[in-house]
Amino acid sequence: MKRTLPIFAVLTAALLSYSLYEALVLAPTDQLQGDVYRIIYYHVPSAWTAFLLFGINFVCSIQYLVRGNPRSDRLTNWIVIGVGVVIAVAAYLVTLPKGMLPSAVATTGFLIVGLYFLVKKLFSHQAVDVLAVVSAEVGVVFCTVVLVTGPLWARPVWGIWWASGDIRLTSTLVLWLLYVAFLILRTMIDDADRRALVSAFFGVFTFLDVPLVYGSIWWWRTQHPQPVVFTSAGLDPTMRKVFYLSWLSLTCLMALLIRQRYELESSREELRTLEQELEAT
Amino acid sequence: MKNLDSVFAAYLIGWGIFFVFSLSVARRAAGLKEELGRLKERLQDSARQGK
Repeated sequence: MKRTLPIFAVLTAALLSYSLYEALVLAPTDQLQGDVYRIIYYHVPSAWTAFLLFGINFVCSIQYLVRGNPRSDRLTNWIVIGVGVVIAVAAYLVTLPKGMLPSAVATTGFLIVGLYFLVKKLFSHQAVDVLAVVSAEVGVVFCTVVLVTGPLWARPVWGIWWASGDIRLTSTLVLWLLYVAFLILRTMIDDADRRALVSAFFGVFTFLDVPLVYGSIWWWRTQHPQPVVFTSAGLDPTMRKVFYLSWLSLTCLMALLIRQRYELESSREELRTLEQELEAT
Repeated sequence: MKNLDSVFAAYLIGWGIFFVFSLSVARRAAGLKEELGRLKERLQDSARQGK
Protein backbone atom coordinates (compact mmCIF):
# COMPACT_ATOMS: atom_id res chain seq x y z
CA MET A 1 0.00 0.00 0.00
CA LYS A 2 2.85 2.38 0.88
CA ARG A 3 4.33 1.89 -2.59
CA THR A 4 1.08 2.27 -4.50
CA LEU A 5 0.17 5.57 -2.80
CA PRO A 6 2.88 7.73 -4.50
CA ILE A 7 2.03 6.11 -7.86
CA PHE A 8 -1.65 6.87 -7.30
CA ALA A 9 -0.77 10.46 -6.30
CA VAL A 10 1.26 10.98 -9.49
CA LEU A 11 -1.51 9.46 -11.63
CA THR A 12 -4.08 11.71 -9.94
CA ALA A 13 -1.92 14.80 -10.55
CA ALA A 14 -1.58 13.83 -14.23
CA LEU A 15 -5.32 13.20 -14.52
CA LEU A 16 -6.17 16.51 -12.83
CA SER A 17 -3.81 18.41 -15.15
CA TYR A 18 -5.20 16.72 -18.27
CA SER A 19 -8.82 17.24 -17.22
CA LEU A 20 -8.03 20.90 -16.53
CA TYR A 21 -6.56 21.21 -20.04
CA GLU A 22 -9.64 19.54 -21.54
CA ALA A 23 -12.02 21.72 -19.55
CA LEU A 24 -10.31 25.00 -20.40
CA VAL A 25 -9.06 24.31 -23.94
CA LEU A 26 -10.53 21.23 -25.64
CA ALA A 27 -14.17 21.46 -24.53
CA PRO A 28 -16.32 23.42 -27.01
CA THR A 29 -17.69 26.83 -26.06
CA ASP A 30 -21.35 26.92 -25.04
CA GLN A 31 -23.60 28.73 -27.54
CA LEU A 32 -25.66 30.51 -24.88
CA GLN A 33 -23.25 31.16 -22.01
CA GLY A 34 -19.93 31.38 -23.81
CA ASP A 35 -16.81 30.33 -21.92
CA VAL A 36 -18.12 30.97 -18.43
CA TYR A 37 -20.03 27.65 -18.61
CA ARG A 38 -16.60 25.91 -18.24
CA ILE A 39 -17.05 26.32 -14.49
CA ILE A 40 -19.47 23.37 -14.82
CA TYR A 41 -16.46 21.01 -15.05
CA TYR A 42 -15.41 22.08 -11.56
CA HIS A 43 -18.65 23.11 -9.87
CA VAL A 44 -20.86 20.06 -10.58
CA PRO A 45 -18.22 17.29 -10.04
CA SER A 46 -17.30 18.99 -6.73
CA ALA A 47 -20.98 18.90 -5.72
CA TRP A 48 -21.30 15.22 -6.65
CA THR A 49 -18.12 14.40 -4.74
CA ALA A 50 -19.44 16.30 -1.70
CA PHE A 51 -22.69 14.28 -1.91
CA LEU A 52 -20.66 11.06 -2.10
CA LEU A 53 -18.63 12.06 0.97
CA PHE A 54 -21.74 13.01 2.95
CA GLY A 55 -23.21 9.66 1.83
CA ILE A 56 -20.14 7.89 3.27
CA ASN A 57 -20.62 9.87 6.49
CA PHE A 58 -24.28 8.77 6.61
CA VAL A 59 -23.38 5.10 6.04
CA CYS A 60 -20.68 5.28 8.73
CA SER A 61 -23.06 6.95 11.19
CA ILE A 62 -25.68 4.23 10.69
CA GLN A 63 -23.06 1.49 10.99
CA TYR A 64 -21.67 2.95 14.21
CA LEU A 65 -25.17 2.90 15.70
CA VAL A 66 -26.18 -0.63 14.62
CA ARG A 67 -22.96 -2.67 14.60
CA GLY A 68 -22.73 -2.80 18.38
CA ASN A 69 -25.74 -5.13 18.40
CA PRO A 70 -25.69 -8.21 16.08
CA ARG A 71 -29.49 -8.33 15.78
CA SER A 72 -29.86 -4.69 14.75
CA ASP A 73 -26.85 -5.12 12.45
CA ARG A 74 -28.49 -8.05 10.62
CA LEU A 75 -31.82 -6.23 10.45
CA THR A 76 -30.15 -3.11 9.00
CA ASN A 77 -28.42 -5.23 6.34
CA TRP A 78 -31.81 -6.39 5.11
CA ILE A 79 -33.31 -2.90 5.36
CA VAL A 80 -30.47 -1.48 3.22
CA ILE A 81 -30.93 -4.22 0.60
CA GLY A 82 -34.69 -3.57 0.68
CA VAL A 83 -34.22 0.19 0.23
CA GLY A 84 -31.88 -0.41 -2.75
CA VAL A 85 -34.35 -2.77 -4.44
CA VAL A 86 -37.34 -0.49 -3.74
CA ILE A 87 -35.50 2.52 -5.25
CA ALA A 88 -34.50 0.48 -8.32
CA VAL A 89 -38.03 -0.89 -8.90
CA ALA A 90 -39.79 2.39 -8.06
CA ALA A 91 -37.59 4.20 -10.60
CA TYR A 92 -39.42 2.34 -13.36
CA LEU A 93 -42.90 2.23 -11.78
CA VAL A 94 -43.31 5.74 -10.38
CA THR A 95 -43.69 8.81 -12.59
CA LEU A 96 -40.41 10.66 -12.13
CA PRO A 97 -39.98 14.44 -12.59
CA LYS A 98 -39.61 15.43 -16.25
CA GLY A 99 -36.11 14.68 -17.56
CA MET A 100 -35.03 12.41 -14.69
CA LEU A 101 -33.71 9.10 -16.03
CA PRO A 102 -35.06 5.92 -14.34
CA SER A 103 -31.74 4.16 -15.03
CA ALA A 104 -29.85 6.89 -13.11
CA VAL A 105 -32.23 6.56 -10.13
CA ALA A 106 -32.00 2.73 -10.17
CA THR A 107 -28.19 2.87 -10.33
CA THR A 108 -28.18 5.24 -7.34
CA GLY A 109 -30.23 2.67 -5.39
CA PHE A 110 -27.72 -0.09 -6.09
CA LEU A 111 -24.78 2.24 -5.38
CA ILE A 112 -26.19 2.96 -1.89
CA VAL A 113 -26.32 -0.80 -1.17
CA GLY A 114 -22.80 -1.30 -2.59
CA LEU A 115 -21.37 1.58 -0.55
CA TYR A 116 -22.97 0.29 2.66
CA PHE A 117 -21.50 -3.21 2.33
CA LEU A 118 -18.13 -1.95 1.07
CA VAL A 119 -17.69 0.27 4.15
CA LYS A 120 -18.82 -2.61 6.36
CA LYS A 121 -16.28 -4.98 4.83
CA LEU A 122 -13.33 -2.57 4.95
CA PHE A 123 -13.84 -0.78 8.29
CA SER A 124 -14.25 -2.05 11.85
CA HIS A 125 -16.90 -0.71 14.25
CA GLN A 126 -14.46 1.83 15.73
CA ALA A 127 -12.94 2.70 12.35
CA VAL A 128 -16.32 3.78 10.90
CA ASP A 129 -16.35 6.62 13.43
CA VAL A 130 -12.95 7.76 12.16
CA LEU A 131 -14.13 7.50 8.55
CA ALA A 132 -17.27 9.48 9.46
CA VAL A 133 -15.32 12.49 10.70
CA VAL A 134 -12.84 12.26 7.81
CA SER A 135 -15.57 12.12 5.16
CA ALA A 136 -17.44 15.01 6.81
CA GLU A 137 -14.35 17.23 6.83
CA VAL A 138 -13.32 16.46 3.24
CA GLY A 139 -17.00 16.83 2.24
CA VAL A 140 -17.08 20.32 3.76
CA VAL A 141 -14.01 21.21 1.65
CA PHE A 142 -15.72 20.05 -1.58
CA CYS A 143 -18.95 21.79 -0.56
CA THR A 144 -16.96 25.01 0.04
CA VAL A 145 -15.65 24.75 -3.53
CA VAL A 146 -19.26 24.40 -4.75
CA LEU A 147 -20.39 27.45 -2.76
CA VAL A 148 -17.48 29.55 -4.05
CA THR A 149 -17.58 28.54 -7.73
CA GLY A 150 -21.39 28.84 -7.89
CA PRO A 151 -21.55 32.63 -7.34
CA LEU A 152 -18.56 33.13 -9.68
CA TRP A 153 -20.63 31.41 -12.38
CA ALA A 154 -23.90 33.10 -11.39
CA ARG A 155 -22.62 36.69 -11.57
CA PRO A 156 -22.00 36.83 -15.35
CA VAL A 157 -24.99 34.59 -16.22
CA TRP A 158 -27.73 35.77 -13.81
CA GLY A 159 -26.33 39.23 -13.07
CA ILE A 160 -26.30 38.47 -9.33
CA TRP A 161 -23.89 36.61 -7.06
CA TRP A 162 -26.54 34.87 -4.99
CA ALA A 163 -30.28 34.38 -5.50
CA SER A 164 -31.80 34.93 -2.06
CA GLY A 165 -34.58 32.48 -1.31
CA ASP A 166 -33.55 30.04 -4.05
CA ILE A 167 -34.10 26.65 -2.47
CA ARG A 168 -31.14 24.91 -4.16
CA LEU A 169 -28.70 27.61 -3.04
CA THR A 170 -30.15 27.93 0.46
CA SER A 171 -30.31 24.17 1.09
CA THR A 172 -26.68 23.80 -0.07
CA LEU A 173 -25.58 26.54 2.32
CA VAL A 174 -27.57 24.83 5.11
CA LEU A 175 -25.89 21.53 4.19
CA TRP A 176 -22.46 23.15 4.55
CA LEU A 177 -23.44 24.70 7.90
CA LEU A 178 -24.80 21.36 9.18
CA TYR A 179 -21.55 19.51 8.47
CA VAL A 180 -19.49 22.35 9.95
CA ALA A 181 -21.71 21.98 13.05
CA PHE A 182 -21.03 18.21 12.97
CA LEU A 183 -17.28 18.89 13.08
CA ILE A 184 -17.61 21.53 15.84
CA LEU A 185 -19.81 19.18 17.87
CA ARG A 186 -17.07 16.55 17.88
CA THR A 187 -14.58 18.97 19.38
CA MET A 188 -16.96 19.71 22.27
CA ILE A 189 -17.21 16.16 23.67
CA ASP A 190 -14.19 14.67 25.45
CA ASP A 191 -15.37 11.11 26.04
CA ALA A 192 -14.57 9.11 22.85
CA ASP A 193 -17.56 6.72 23.01
CA ARG A 194 -20.04 9.49 23.74
CA ARG A 195 -18.52 11.67 21.00
CA ALA A 196 -18.87 8.85 18.46
CA LEU A 197 -22.46 8.09 19.51
CA VAL A 198 -23.68 11.70 19.51
CA SER A 199 -22.00 12.50 16.19
CA ALA A 200 -23.43 9.30 14.63
CA PHE A 201 -26.97 10.42 15.56
CA PHE A 202 -26.19 13.91 14.26
CA GLY A 203 -24.68 12.44 11.04
CA VAL A 204 -27.88 10.51 10.26
CA PHE A 205 -30.00 13.63 10.85
CA THR A 206 -27.68 15.88 8.85
CA PHE A 207 -27.76 13.69 5.74
CA LEU A 208 -31.51 14.32 5.37
CA ASP A 209 -30.60 17.64 3.71
CA VAL A 210 -28.73 15.90 0.84
CA PRO A 211 -31.86 14.52 -0.94
CA LEU A 212 -33.46 17.95 -0.42
CA VAL A 213 -30.48 19.69 -2.09
CA TYR A 214 -30.49 17.20 -4.98
CA GLY A 215 -34.26 17.13 -5.47
CA SER A 216 -34.87 20.86 -5.00
CA ILE A 217 -34.33 21.72 -8.66
CA TRP A 218 -36.70 18.93 -9.73
CA TRP A 219 -39.46 19.68 -7.21
CA TRP A 220 -39.50 23.49 -7.19
CA ARG A 221 -38.99 26.27 -9.72
CA THR A 222 -35.60 27.73 -8.92
CA GLN A 223 -33.17 30.29 -10.29
CA HIS A 224 -30.62 27.49 -10.35
CA PRO A 225 -30.92 25.61 -13.68
CA GLN A 226 -32.13 22.02 -13.98
CA PRO A 227 -29.42 19.36 -14.29
CA VAL A 228 -28.12 18.37 -17.72
CA VAL A 229 -26.00 15.32 -16.82
CA PHE A 230 -27.75 11.95 -16.40
CA THR A 231 -30.97 13.43 -17.78
CA SER A 232 -32.91 13.07 -21.01
CA ALA A 233 -31.83 16.64 -21.96
CA GLY A 234 -28.21 15.44 -22.02
CA LEU A 235 -24.90 17.15 -22.69
CA ASP A 236 -23.02 17.47 -25.95
CA PRO A 237 -20.93 14.23 -26.32
CA THR A 238 -17.57 16.09 -26.14
CA MET A 239 -18.73 18.11 -23.14
CA ARG A 240 -19.96 14.89 -21.49
CA LYS A 241 -16.57 13.21 -21.98
CA VAL A 242 -14.74 16.21 -20.46
CA PHE A 243 -17.27 16.30 -17.62
CA TYR A 244 -16.78 12.62 -16.71
CA LEU A 245 -13.01 13.03 -16.85
CA SER A 246 -13.21 16.02 -14.48
CA TRP A 247 -15.41 14.01 -12.14
CA LEU A 248 -13.04 11.04 -12.21
CA SER A 249 -10.03 13.27 -11.46
CA LEU A 250 -11.81 14.98 -8.55
CA THR A 251 -12.88 11.57 -7.20
CA CYS A 252 -9.21 10.46 -7.25
CA LEU A 253 -8.30 13.70 -5.44
CA MET A 254 -11.02 12.92 -2.90
CA ALA A 255 -9.49 9.47 -2.30
CA LEU A 256 -6.08 11.05 -1.68
CA LEU A 257 -7.46 13.68 0.70
CA ILE A 258 -9.40 11.00 2.60
CA ARG A 259 -6.27 8.89 2.91
CA GLN A 260 -4.20 11.87 4.14
CA ARG A 261 -6.87 12.95 6.63
CA TYR A 262 -7.50 9.36 7.78
CA GLU A 263 -3.83 8.97 8.70
CA LEU A 264 -4.04 12.14 10.79
CA GLU A 265 -7.10 10.84 12.64
CA SER A 266 -5.41 7.46 13.21
CA SER A 267 -2.37 9.27 14.69
CA ARG A 268 -4.75 11.14 17.01
CA GLU A 269 -6.22 7.83 18.18
CA GLU A 270 -2.69 6.48 18.76
CA LEU A 271 -1.84 9.63 20.73
CA ARG A 272 -4.94 9.23 22.93
CA THR A 273 -4.03 5.58 23.64
CA LEU A 274 -0.45 6.50 24.53
CA GLU A 275 -1.64 9.30 26.83
CA GLN A 276 -3.91 6.84 28.63
CA GLU A 277 -1.02 4.36 28.95
CA LEU A 278 1.18 7.10 30.35
CA GLU A 279 -1.47 8.12 32.86
CA ALA A 280 -1.83 4.47 33.94
CA THR A 281 1.92 4.13 34.58
CA MET B 1 -13.50 34.44 -25.05
CA LYS B 2 -15.89 36.28 -22.69
CA ASN B 3 -15.96 36.10 -18.89
CA LEU B 4 -12.77 34.08 -18.74
CA ASP B 5 -11.81 36.01 -15.59
CA SER B 6 -14.71 34.30 -13.77
CA VAL B 7 -13.58 30.89 -15.04
CA PHE B 8 -9.98 31.45 -13.95
CA ALA B 9 -11.10 32.86 -10.59
CA ALA B 10 -13.30 29.80 -10.00
CA TYR B 11 -10.51 27.35 -10.86
CA LEU B 12 -7.84 29.26 -8.93
CA ILE B 13 -9.92 29.66 -5.78
CA GLY B 14 -11.08 26.04 -6.05
CA TRP B 15 -7.52 24.73 -6.28
CA GLY B 16 -6.47 27.12 -3.54
CA ILE B 17 -9.08 25.64 -1.18
CA PHE B 18 -7.84 22.06 -1.83
CA PHE B 19 -4.22 23.14 -1.47
CA VAL B 20 -4.78 24.98 1.82
CA PHE B 21 -6.75 22.01 3.22
CA SER B 22 -4.05 19.51 2.24
CA LEU B 23 -1.36 21.79 3.69
CA SER B 24 -3.26 22.19 6.96
CA VAL B 25 -3.67 18.40 7.28
CA ALA B 26 0.05 17.92 6.60
CA ARG B 27 0.96 20.52 9.26
CA ARG B 28 -1.41 18.99 11.81
CA ALA B 29 0.04 15.53 11.02
CA ALA B 30 3.61 16.81 11.49
CA GLY B 31 2.68 18.32 14.87
CA LEU B 32 1.03 15.09 15.98
CA LYS B 33 4.02 13.01 14.85
CA GLU B 34 6.31 15.14 17.03
CA GLU B 35 3.99 14.79 20.00
CA LEU B 36 3.75 11.02 19.43
CA GLY B 37 7.55 10.74 19.40
CA ARG B 38 7.80 12.69 22.67
CA LEU B 39 5.14 10.54 24.34
CA LYS B 40 6.80 7.30 23.20
CA GLU B 41 10.11 8.50 24.69
CA ARG B 42 8.39 9.35 27.97
CA LEU B 43 6.74 5.92 28.02
CA GLN B 44 10.10 4.21 27.43
CA ASP B 45 11.68 6.32 30.21
CA SER B 46 8.96 5.46 32.69
CA ALA B 47 9.25 1.76 31.70
CA ARG B 48 13.03 1.89 32.35
CA GLN B 49 12.50 3.59 35.72
CA GLY B 50 9.93 0.92 36.59
CA LYS B 51 12.56 -1.79 36.04
